[in-house]
Amino acid sequence: MRHVISLLLENESGALSRVSGLFSARGYNIESLTVAPTEDASMSRMTLVTSGSDEIIEQITKQLNKLIDVVKVVDLSEAANIERELLLAKVRATGAAREEMKRMADIFRARILDVTDASYVIEVTGNQAKLDAFLAAIAPEQILETVRSGVCGIGRGDRILKV
Amino acid sequence: MELTGAEILIRCLQEEKVEYVFGYPGGAVLYLYDALFQQDKIRHVLVRHEQAAVHAADGYARSTQKVGVALVTSGPGSTNALTGIATAYCDSVPLVVISGQTPTPTIGQDAFQEVDTVGITRPCTKHNFLVRDVADLACTLKKAFYLAHSGRPGPVLVDIPKDVSAARCEYSYPAHVTMRSYNPVIRGHMGQIKKALQTLLAARRPMIYTGGGVILSDAAPELTKFTRLLGAPITNTLMGLGGYPASDRQYLGMPGMHGTYEANMAMQHCDVLLAIGARFDDRVIGNIEHFASDPRTIIHIDIDPTSISKRVKVDIPVVGNVKDVLGQLIQQLEAGAKPDPAHTAAWWQQVEGWRARKCLDYKLSPDLIKPQFVIQKLWEVTQGDAIVASDVGQHQMWAAQYYRFEQPRRWLNSGGLGTMGVGLPYAMGAQLAHPEAQVACVTGEGSIQMNIQELSTCRQFRLPLKLCLLNNRYLGMVRQWQQMFHGQRYSGSYMDSLPDFVKLAEAYGHVGIRVDRPADVEPALREAFTQHKNELVLLDFQIDRSENVYPMVQGGKGLTEMILSSEDL
Repeated sequence: MRHVISLLLENESGALSRVSGLFSARGYNIESLTVAPTEDASMSRMTLVTSGSDEIIEQITKQLNKLIDVVKVVDLSEAANIERELLLAKVRATGAAREEMKRMADIFRARILDVTDASYVIEVTGNQAKLDAFLAAIAPEQILETVRSGVCGIGRGDRILKV
Repeated sequence: MELTGAEILIRCLQEEKVEYVFGYPGGAVLYLYDALFQQDKIRHVLVRHEQAAVHAADGYARSTQKVGVALVTSGPGSTNALTGIATAYCDSVPLVVISGQTPTPTIGQDAFQEVDTVGITRPCTKHNFLVRDVADLACTLKKAFYLAHSGRPGPVLVDIPKDVSAARCEYSYPAHVTMRSYNPVIRGHMGQIKKALQTLLAARRPMIYTGGGVILSDAAPELTKFTRLLGAPITNTLMGLGGYPASDRQYLGMPGMHGTYEANMAMQHCDVLLAIGARFDDRVIGNIEHFASDPRTIIHIDIDPTSISKRVKVDIPVVGNVKDVLGQLIQQLEAGAKPDPAHTAAWWQQVEGWRARKCLDYKLSPDLIKPQFVIQKLWEVTQGDAIVASDVGQHQMWAAQYYRFEQPRRWLNSGGLGTMGVGLPYAMGAQLAHPEAQVACVTGEGSIQMNIQELSTCRQFRLPLKLCLLNNRYLGMVRQWQQMFHGQRYSGSYMDSLPDFVKLAEAYGHVGIRVDRPADVEPALREAFTQHKNELVLLDFQIDRSENVYPMVQGGKGLTEMILSSEDL
């Protein structure tokens, strides 16, 4: 099953490679990984998307907790949570496709960030499924380039991941 | 007071009451060696290869309950140390390894003797640090020692660039260190402990299985007391030997691939298995599906939550320090209901039936020296009271099976990583820690040659080790597997052109004795331990070349699918 795991880690050099090294050494799957500093400059927050049986997910959270630089670990998938990912897509925007691309952006509540004679850069945010749907809705030959941020996650309501 | 980084390091080591630093100098650690030279509290043991420095520090740590310290230079110094670090990591031995690094401005520029030491040691240390600012050095070392010995112990590496060891700053050593991200659980959860005890008291076929965690947490007295109170049979793994006295009636010997028949049968057929500081290793439980095919309730006490339910699903986990949790269990047991021996009488009868198979019996030969016989004689001559360091291979298994350990920290071997070449440096570390103790190293002609250069270190430091070399002119364990599972094609397992080990020992300034006949085994050992008490003696036992280690569970087979002797082949 797919799980979204959030962690707070010390903002030390090498902390990221301890996490990624753990996943490669133990053969765990990483679907996406995002990391950035938090409002507390001594810590970073990471969101990891992984998948595996209950036993593997239990091991993953325990192994993450065991890393000395990891301060806290929460499996967001255990309760209600919000996931968001950002997609930037550079698409062909010529002829009939130019109007079509604009319409598609509106349907997905996306924003056009850059316009040239021949292309748009479109920003889409949403959960993974929405971004996948957006890309599926565009003909592949129209897509020039894409970049996705990976998933950021946060628990709903009272669930707070903080030290 | 303002000190250099090098002086700070020495002061920190003194604060941590470090007696010995095992090391080898080089360019990146010149300031550190200079500071070491200008003090006399810490003794430096100059090894002949950095791998042995880490192993010796490891042997020192295993035979005491202290943190071992090794010091190596950058580049090849660090890469040579790597095997030692990984060996300690696999067996959770507390070490602080100090490595020199090229000066900070050169890091990342492929400088002479530069290697990404924190990068390559990351997966085989408990934690590691690169100190970029001398102001962080004292605090980093405090953290390193704290991390190494607390929680589940392990090696911690501190990489110190040359300019950091030369830079000056104000020195103060922190009395305490707290890390918000590191809080090992020490005491067990009372609810879990009560549940565990109820389950054990209700058991008809209880079994206790303990590992290195008992030794590491110095819990042998508590384990012995609890086991006797409970009255259940007990087995100690390769890493746990000496956790419970081997001469006791409740002790069934070692479990696993070369474990006893009774220990493996009891592990498989018990109804409640209490695992303490052990990790259900593949060499211990054999085929995992076969192991799970007999239903039993598993209770697991371990300080490391990741060890619980990693390979085998555990019913009652108790996270905590083994010594503390056993203390809690004893307290509960003494305060409440007592175990009823009638409950387990039938089980004991079954266990005694298995024990009656006498699986460790072997046939003596009038003219060939049996390796088992050498170990038994070693036990007799040392009255079971030696510290025994072992290398890796057949001799290791024979030592584990036939030297009956009554106390913890007497058996030093590489259980997890299985590193050939550890024996001699382990014995060195143990002898330095226990100058009065009899220290034996059981080794083979393959393993001893992996760190033979340390005979020179032993000469320099006058270490009166007794090396029992079980020489069969084969890489015996490899040969055994090739004989059994690879059509007797002895690929690469025969070593031609072996040195004359007696002359080799003499060349290093030690005593060498060659033993060819069974009748000479005991006299040679007595001579070594009495006449040459204060000298290193290498005993080259020419053993039966065809002898194999039995019992044996073939890799991938179930724990009870055992080969008991060559007649089962």
